[in-house]
Amino acid sequence: MNFPFKKFFRVALVAGGFILTGCSSLEPWVKPYERQNLADPIMAFSRAPASDNYLHHVHQAREGARGAEGSAGGGCGCN
Amino acid sequence: MRKEVPEVVVAVISPSKHENNWDTKFQGNVTGWFATLILFWVSGFVNAAVLPEDRTDALYHSFEGGGVKIQGPSILVRKSIKDTVSVSANYYIDNVSSASIDVVTTASAYTERRVEKSVGIDYLRDKTIMSLSYAQSDENDFAARSAHFNVSQDFFGDLTTLSLGYSQGWDTVGKRGEPDFAEETNRRHLRLGLSQILTKDSILGASFETITDEGFLNNPYRSVRYRDPGGQNGYSFQPEFYPSTRTSDAFAVRGMYYLPYRASVKLELKTFTDTWGIEADTAEIAYVHPYGDEWIFDAKIRSYSQNNADFYSDLFDRIDQQNFRARDKEMSTFTSQTIGLGVSYEKELPDWETLNKFVVHLSVDHIRFDFDNFRDLTVDAPAGTEPLYSFSANVIRFYVSIFY
Repeated sequence: MNFPFKKFFRVALVAGGFILTGCSSLEPWVKPYERQNLADPIMAFSRAPASDNYLHHVHQAREGARGAEGSAGGGCGCN
Repeated sequence: MRKEVPEVVVAVISPSKHENNWDTKFQGNVTGWFATLILFWVSGFVNAAVLPEDRTDALYHSFEGGGVKIQGPSILVRKSIKDTVSVSANYYIDNVSSASIDVVTTASAYTERRVEKSVGIDYLRDKTIMSLSYAQSDENDFAARSAHFNVSQDFFGDLTTLSLGYSQGWDTVGKRGEPDFAEETNRRHLRLGLSQILTKDSILGASFETITDEGFLNNPYRSVRYRDPGGQNGYSFQPEFYPSTRTSDAFAVRGMYYLPYRASVKLELKTFTDTWGIEADTAEIAYVHPYGDEWIFDAKIRSYSQNNADFYSDLFDRIDQQNFRARDKEMSTFTSQTIGLGVSYEKELPDWETLNKFVVHLSVDHIRFDFDNFRDLTVDAPAGTEPLYSFSANVIRFYVSIFY
């Protein structure tokens, strides 16, 4: 059976249209000049990457869980 | 105005000139929207995302508890080249002295050194950051190589950052005293992350990571115990044996809120599950309180709990009771509770030409582990009646960071 490309494309276009039209009515609600508090260093998820990565390693080596630490690295796999 | 600002936030302080024309140019035109969507991913906007700051961190780290002491330095150097590329290098050492419960009951205490080196490069193009890094870790009986790729994109007026990452790892497991012993493990990570500014005082992050291992996943030194009327105290040991594949999923949400009096709270929740039957939950709450312009104090409480792997048992009924068997305490049912305190002193250096500021930081985490089905075999008692094991550990991190 051939894949119904035309039908798929039509549905995708309509669905995409709905999504994008919906997005267009939603505008960023926090303006750039309102972000002073967010720019404060005390609001950083990680203030010191080397130190935080070390703590992730401590947890990974002693716990069964791993992953989703929120940092860019992937660990060394060296438990 | 402070020079140090998080990526997500800086992104929005410099709005894109393209954003101004966004609505009027394409509104009501589906084809136009589609073309714009493609443009958005290919080109992004202008000058939103920023590269990590140029900095050097010299960290001393120490873990001590449960008969184990691991300490050493870590040096991280990061420098940007022009405004679009940032390179980094990290040199990390673990000096290990181990007489842990596993070691003293089934093997001999040992000392060893692990050295990890990594290099990375980040490339900024408009609102997209692409990162590539490579790491290698070596100790006398274990070698790990890994490559990592991440891409992140700011959009929606820079309120949202989406990131995607992939890592591949190659491990070689050896065994002391057996030079011919060499087993391979491959590892793949896939990461998804979303960061969303909710209000002018709050930000929310979510991340998902799936990891697949394939190969030799045992610890070659560890053993399981089984009931043996002929053994001392009624038990004996045999080597553990793990499945050769494992896939895990972890999902975390974390939020930060800026309090009315310049302080912040962070809440993090994480859930984990894997194909070995381990399910784990983590909750952490942290409070950050600055004092003046130069001091930052922080405190946190973290709670972790997991159940045991399907093939874990503290005491099997007989030898070779089942194909897969483990008695690693990390595979058992346990909880851990952490209390952490930290203090930072940071000083701007406006009169220096080459340096912007420095930070000195000290933090101490106290962790208590309580095991629900892992028993303390250092106590002389009939098999299965030993007290449950528990221990405490202190984690110290002391670092000096220089920003330039």
